[in-house]
Amino acid sequence: MGATSSTGPTSPSQPSFVRSAMTADRSPPVPTSGPLAWLRDNLFPGPMSAVATILGLLFLLWVIPPLARFLFLDAIWSADNGDACRAPEAGACWAYVRQKFGFFMYGSYPREDVWRVNLTLVAGAVLTLWMLWPDARGRGGAALAFFTVYPVLAFGILTGSPPFPIGWLPSSPEGQIAWMVLIVALFATASTLFYLNRYTGWAIAIFGFIAWSELGSWWSSLELPLVGTHLWGGIFVSLLVATVGIVFSLPLGIALALGRRSQMPVLRFLSVMLIEFVRGVPLITVLVMANTMLPLFVPDSWSPDRLLRPLIGVALFSAVYMAEVVRGGLQSVPKGQYEGAMSLGLSWWQMTRLVVLPQALVTVIPGIVNSFIALFKDTTLVAIVGIFDFLKAVDTGRLDPVWAGPKISTTGYVFAAIFYFIFCFGMSRYSMMMERRHSAGRSR
Amino acid sequence: MRTSILSNAIAGAVCALMLSAPGAFAQGQPAKSPTLDKIQKAGTLNCGVNPGLAGFSMPDDKGLWLGIDVDLCRAVAAAIFNDPTKVKFIPMTAKDRFTALQTGEIDILARNGTWTMQRETELGLLFTATNYYDGQGFMVRKKLNVTSALELSQASICVQQGTTTELNLADFFRANNMKYEVIAFATSNEAVKAYDSGRCDAFTTDASGLYAERVKLANANDHVVLSEIISKEPLGPAVRQGDDIWFNIVKWAHFAMVNAEELGVNKGNADEQAKSIKPDVRRLLGVENEFGKFLGLSNDWAMRIIKHVGNYGESFERNIGAGSRLRIDRGVNKLWNKGGIMYAPPIR
Repeated sequence: MGATSSTGPTSPSQPSFVRSAMTADRSPPVPTSGPLAWLRDNLFPGPMSAVATILGLLFLLWVIPPLARFLFLDAIWSADNGDACRAPEAGACWAYVRQKFGFFMYGSYPREDVWRVNLTLVAGAVLTLWMLWPDARGRGGAALAFFTVYPVLAFGILTGSPPFPIGWLPSSPEGQIAWMVLIVALFATASTLFYLNRYTGWAIAIFGFIAWSELGSWWSSLELPLVGTHLWGGIFVSLLVATVGIVFSLPLGIALALGRRSQMPVLRFLSVMLIEFVRGVPLITVLVMANTMLPLFVPDSWSPDRLLRPLIGVALFSAVYMAEVVRGGLQSVPKGQYEGAMSLGLSWWQMTRLVVLPQALVTVIPGIVNSFIALFKDTTLVAIVGIFDFLKAVDTGRLDPVWAGPKISTTGYVFAAIFYFIFCFGMSRYSMMMERRHSAGRSR
Repeated sequence: MRTSILSNAIAGAVCALMLSAPGAFAQGQPAKSPTLDKIQKAGTLNCGVNPGLAGFSMPDDKGLWLGIDVDLCRAVAAAIFNDPTKVKFIPMTAKDRFTALQTGEIDILARNGTWTMQRETELGLLFTATNYYDGQGFMVRKKLNVTSALELSQASICVQQGTTTELNLADFFRANNMKYEVIAFATSNEAVKAYDSGRCDAFTTDASGLYAERVKLANANDHVVLSEIISKEPLGPAVRQGDDIWFNIVKWAHFAMVNAEELGVNKGNADEQAKSIKPDVRRLLGVENEFGKFLGLSNDWAMRIIKHVGNYGESFERNIGAGSRLRIDRGVNKLWNKGGIMYAPPIR
């Protein structure tokens, strides 16, 4: 019926509702891929968005050139003192950061011994990465090493004193013989248990203890120079405080959260009291209490180390926040999960470890990491009790009359900001990746 | 420097609680000091310092503490151990410094503290000596051709808000019947910036602070610190009350350094000077008499200080004087016989 299309509407053979003229060609569809499509979809989908995009671009144009000029183009990369950086046309003074880098990194740690800090940091970084890398082989082993062997060795390497309280070992000949007998007996017991393949966990713990005490005795023969914690500082101490806080706050927080939901009234009461008390005061108060008031109540020789006090304070403080985050996760686990676990005949520990916690913790990963990031930044507060953490080192370095100057201070703070951003952003990205992996099953 | 009422109250309560150790000893007996005993047992001296004040106490690039307050603690350590490195420098905030001294956490507080009556009577401290006479001064541009603060009539002056500095400024201008315009800022940094950008004719704070701020300016040499001082800020180390021997040790460590400068004994010539026939020098260096014994120290205590740390003049020049970036004029801190007020009782 090709011919009919050319006849006019008046043609009697055609019903009037049949179109007689061709419609105009439609324009080709707009591309849904390619750079232009991306621009339109993401930057200019409507008039409001277009305005926002243009304003955003103008803002970047306004901010970025002077920033790039200050940070890179006009920056002073090397100089012996601050004279060049004090000139009005000078930009960021990276020479100052280079000059002071040792101080920012290690504080007053003796420079001939910084290899000990480096060794500890590198070992810690390797273990952490290994432990956190998804699908890495032997992750469990890395985690075990990180939480048991590593702290003991790190303590020994950093302080130079034996990582076992050898002062407690008997010094008289009879006492030493008794100690040796005890070690041999322990060794025999552990070997027997291991051989019988019963209580192997205990056997391994006993072997660990023997190795630990022997390590302590051997360590004193190394004669590493002692480095008191009053010399520790910089990035090293910031990382130390953050690591100790993170490592202790999660298990302690889980324990407190479980205690708070426990059926046992005393346990519940104690957990609630600790959580509410510590959560009710600012971190600064906890630190000042630990640092200034604690020595008043205990005899001189008992008074804990000046660095240990804020470490305990920070760990305790973040643990109670962690407890509340974990409690949120525990409450999100449906009752059916508990009932199902109980009907399978699991004990309370099995139920908690195998059914409840895995679900509860995955739910609150964002909250946990949020706490970690907050903790990481809160480590700067230890400066108020006289610990030279990284930010305090930057803050002190800028007062050096050789370097002092307004742009030099700014450079120091920019450097600090970059450092904190890298760590916090890294933690945030890692947690997002873990969330995606763990929720893969649920989002199907 | 002011402290909060709370920390004063805490420090006051603490010293009321503390039983003062008996410091008395029979005449002619070698001294016994609980603080000294504790330090000798521990092998280190705990010294509370400012966490960062150029010229007074500050860690350098390697984290080694430098400054005139630091030198004082090193001098005491040298006198006790013959080793100026046996000091633990504990950075103290203005808030907790007195409490730390009272609790025994630190043995000396060398934190550019102003010696005031209230601190000795209410807080139970003892200032051993003044190791730096500070006071409020003015900084102006050289091109203004002002040589005295009395020529600052009608001037605009940058100052930090809410400090004794601001009050002293008002007192000074009222006492001299001069008019001025005050431009106050929340932080010292802002005030300096405003002065540098030309918003005011002069900037005022403690004189040592003026020199420290001057090096931060774009062109330090265009500015001059006027010689007038309008307030008294005697800075010195403090110890807790109740251990008089320890008080004496810290006090005489400073006096030994001042006397050494007066007698011309310095780091370089100390050994040679020990052979001197001058009785003053021989007594100072422990060649004659037994002054060290009554401090509970060895007889060459002052010799050790001078050999390891140097005399007062050397310490001053190295940290805040001509040998440092601050280039603070000795001014009133010159020896009494050179026109200043730095004076030490004789060792005899």
